[in-house]
Amino acid sequence: MTAGSSGWHAATVVGTQRLTETARAITLSAPGVGGALPGQHIDLRLTAPDGYQAVRSYSLVATGVDERVDIGVDRVPDGEVSGYLVDDLQVGDQMEVRGPLGGYFVWHSDDVAPVLLVAGGSGLAPLLAILRSRVAAGSAAPFRLVYSVRTPGDVWYPDELEAAPPGVEVALLYTRDAPPGWPRPPHRITAHDLVADGFSPADRPDVFVCGSTGFVEGAAALLTGMGHDPARIKTERFGGA
Amino acid sequence: MGIVTRGFGGRRPEPEKPLPPGQFLTEDFPVLSAGPTPNVDTDDWALTLRTEGESRSWSWDELLALPAEDVVTDIHCVTRWSKFDTRWRGVSLDVVLGDVETTGEFVLAHSYGGYTTNVPLEDLLDGKAWIAYEYEGEPLDPVHGGPARLLVPHLYFWKSAKWVRELEVLDTEQPGFWETYGYHIYGDPWLEQRFA
Repeated sequence: MTAGSSGWHAATVVGTQRLTETARAITLSAPGVGGALPGQHIDLRLTAPDGYQAVRSYSLVATGVDERVDIGVDRVPDGEVSGYLVDDLQVGDQMEVRGPLGGYFVWHSDDVAPVLLVAGGSGLAPLLAILRSRVAAGSAAPFRLVYSVRTPGDVWYPDELEAAPPGVEVALLYTRDAPPGWPRPPHRITAHDLVADGFSPADRPDVFVCGSTGFVEGAAALLTGMGHDPARIKTERFGGA
Repeated sequence: MGIVTRGFGGRRPEPEKPLPPGQFLTEDFPVLSAGPTPNVDTDDWALTLRTEGESRSWSWDELLALPAEDVVTDIHCVTRWSKFDTRWRGVSLDVVLGDVETTGEFVLAHSYGGYTTNVPLEDLLDGKAWIAYEYEGEPLDPVHGGPARLLVPHLYFWKSAKWVRELEVLDTEQPGFWETYGYHIYGDPWLEQRFA
């Protein structure tokens, strides 16, 4: 259980990395912000010179290190905050951070049950944090990531996902364009994409689903239809602006 | 004023009326739920009101037979989106709770799917809350809590329990689902009561 830490902390951009044409990873140095659990998010507060403020929530893509905040931001059409963060922000810029926040959509590294992660687009963010924390903790829990993107150019951290360690399966699903020779034609996620040895309802995996509302509704309905226990399916939906 | 973020502020929208602190306006209707959407058939649906010693239930047809109101209201989600002038139809909780005799001052709402949330009884009375079953003139979509949800628009929207099935009146306040995960016990958006 984690209460929302109420205080705002000054933070400075110490790194940025282009992930895709529309997305960017941002690393902040945030003294006073404690290490997060994988799956948690933070609030960012941006203040314009005239005092106008905007606050948005972003899932952390890496967790566990005090005073360090790693987020991935995908540009939302007409998004006043995401557009700024993806296109204008520079190393050295300052903003405020509150968190870490959220105590439910969280994986605990001492949990040995199989874990099925289902990501749609930028919904990868908290699931990547969970995957990375499994690796960091040396956990042997069986993991499977099903990651749905529109095109090959939309994949975040393709090299890291390709180099997933033993015990971690990664399945990429393309909904619009697939790489040449890809065995699965481009289409939306189906029940077939969610079937794998070791991750059936009988294996009682903990399931984390994150993405747009449409993606999460679709994937969660497929999972419950296959017989997964609704109580073991945790969902996080991205609205955003 | 907080730390100024260089270069930020050029694309701000201009809301037509005030927003609660820390909120932004959306034209969409985002969805926030902790788990999958339960699909509840109205043939099996019932709303139960439970107090110290007794309980009373309404079937779907009985709910629809109660006097209904059209409600136009702004809604505010703790995840920071607000939406102006949403249109609902449903039954005022003044009707549902009208005859109840209780010393309890707190309500724990229970939903199909296991969700719970707590609201003081007085926040459900005097025209402040409804059991809503239509949204924008259509039956309420299951994604948004259909067949029927609680509508308590003066509190953050997690208090407006989707897929509501029972209102339990209690003598002591019992935190619901998000309230035990660190969200505020009351949740007034104008006081920005997001977290405990």
